[in-house]
Amino acid sequence: MNTATPPWADVVTAVLVVAGGLAALIGSFGLLRGKTFFQRVHPPSLVATGATWGLTLATAIQSSVVTARPYVHAFLIPVFIALTAPITTVLLTRAALFRARRRGATDVPPPPGGPPPPTPQ
Amino acid sequence: MSPLLTWALLFAVGCLTLATIFALVRLMVGPRAEDRVLAFDCLYVNSMLIIVTLGLLYRSSSYFEAALLIALFGFVSSSAMAKFLLRGEIIE
Repeated sequence: MNTATPPWADVVTAVLVVAGGLAALIGSFGLLRGKTFFQRVHPPSLVATGATWGLTLATAIQSSVVTARPYVHAFLIPVFIALTAPITTVLLTRAALFRARRRGATDVPPPPGGPPPPTPQ
Repeated sequence: MSPLLTWALLFAVGCLTLATIFALVRLMVGPRAEDRVLAFDCLYVNSMLIIVTLGLLYRSSSYFEAALLIALFGFVSSSAMAKFLLRGEIIE
C-alpha cells in the first residue's frame, strides 16, 4: 500500500505530532512534580490544549491529503475538550478549596465574609 | 508513509505512554482525593491522544469515534467526581 503523500505534508505532520507528544509529556511531568494541589492544577491544561490541538491538526492535514478532501470532523475532539476542560478544572478547584477550609488549613484564603465553616467531627 | 512520519508517530506514542505513566503515578500517590481526580482527568486525555495517534499511524478512521467517546465519558465521570467532592459528602 503506497499512498504517495507530498513531502511537505509529511514534514508538517511530523512536526505537529512531535510537538503534541512533547506537550503531553511536559504537562504530565508538571502534574507529577507540583508541590501543592493548586500548583498541580495548572500543567494538565497544556495536555488539553497543546497536545490535543497538535495531534488533531496533524490528523486533519494527513487525512485531508490522503483522501484529497477536507477532513474537518477531526476538530470535534479539541472543540469538545476546550469546552469541557475548564468546567472540570473549576469544579475541582472549588472542591479542593472547600475541603481545605473544612479541614482547617491555613494556607488557603478565608471565605469572603462570614465565619469559617466548622470543622467536621 | 515516509520513514520520517513513522518515526515521529512512534516518538509521539512513546511520549504519550510516558505521560500516561506519570499521570498513573500521581493517581496512586496523590495525597488527597482531589489529586486523584485531577490525575484521572489527565490520564483519560492522554489515553485519548494515544488512540488518535494510533489512528494516524494505522490510517484507520474508526479510531476517531473511540477517541470521541472516551472524551465524552471521561468528562462526565471526572465532573461527577468533582461535584461529589464539592458537596462534602465524603466520609472522612
